[in-house]
Amino acid sequence: MSISSKVFITYLVCGTGLAALRLMPFLLLKKFNLPKAVVEFLEFVPIVIMTTLWFSSLFTAKQGHLPQIDWQYAIVTIPALITAYFTRSLMWIVVVGVASLALIRLI
Amino acid sequence: MNDVLDARTGVKDTLPTVLGYIGIGMAFGIIAHTNGFSPLETLLMSLMVYTGSGQFALVSMLPAGSSLLSMFMAVSLMSARMLLMCMTLAPKFKKEKLAKNLWLGFLITDETFALAITKLNYTKGKLNYDWMNASNIVAYAAWTLAGLAGCLLGNLVSDTKALGLDYAVIAMFLGLLYLQLITDQSLKIELQLIMIGVTMVLTYIGMIILPASATTIVVTVVSCLVGMGIKHVYFK
Repeated sequence: MSISSKVFITYLVCGTGLAALRLMPFLLLKKFNLPKAVVEFLEFVPIVIMTTLWFSSLFTAKQGHLPQIDWQYAIVTIPALITAYFTRSLMWIVVVGVASLALIRLI
Repeated sequence: MNDVLDARTGVKDTLPTVLGYIGIGMAFGIIAHTNGFSPLETLLMSLMVYTGSGQFALVSMLPAGSSLLSMFMAVSLMSARMLLMCMTLAPKFKKEKLAKNLWLGFLITDETFALAITKLNYTKGKLNYDWMNASNIVAYAAWTLAGLAGCLLGNLVSDTKALGLDYAVIAMFLGLLYLQLITDQSLKIELQLIMIGVTMVLTYIGMIILPASATTIVVTVVSCLVGMGIKHVYFK
């Protein structure tokens, strides 16, 4: 098996961009402290990112159109949340979520 | 989750995400196979361009003959949130050596970031290299191997959907969101609930008016700014 130089260069260029995004904060924040306003901004990053990653997964989006909701995904939110409430275990939430979806599709 | 921060616990804490990686990774591999990528090309992409959404973009853009610049822009824009995630995590590893910091940063993903943030709530705000590295490596291995498996099995398995595995990663973010909500002390729970609502609305609007590659980063930045505003006005 071989790999074409075009594919390899694409990987290299895109990978370098990614590395820059990930490494810059670790490189710079080793030396410097963040200003207070930025720290306050970053406090919101976890809850916001987790919400938007979860919520956007429930839809198929197309710019200029209303997002189409995937009702199967949306409904499985209920058993997954109930599991979350009772077990507080990520493993159980994932297992029950996946099993519920498989069950819905079977029916 | 508990307050132990060793490598073994790192592996254990990361196991729930592995199911998600298998589901999405296999799906990625199958699409790569369908679009004419060899197993080596598929594996190398996961190793070198380690980013879920960006890889899905690349497997369709590369065969379509997109320009290098447009592929670079798509991948970078989709992953721009990495900058914010790494800014949030980096201060926790200030005491570790620079090389270790960079190695950790190189392998941060949405999933390991979310796990680390949840872990902070159990460890009184502490993280260390051993735990984070173990978590990162489990994630990296699961993702790259699942992609390779998907590509190799591309002919046999055409439908990972029947197993419901496509929901694994969504369940994981929902679960981590819930755990974040009930354990995080840095923001009041009322404010967190408001932020979930605000983010859902902005995400919905974002999906309509923004190109798919920019939605997450734009919504994240705007929501965080809105959050700062709400905090200053109502939660002082």
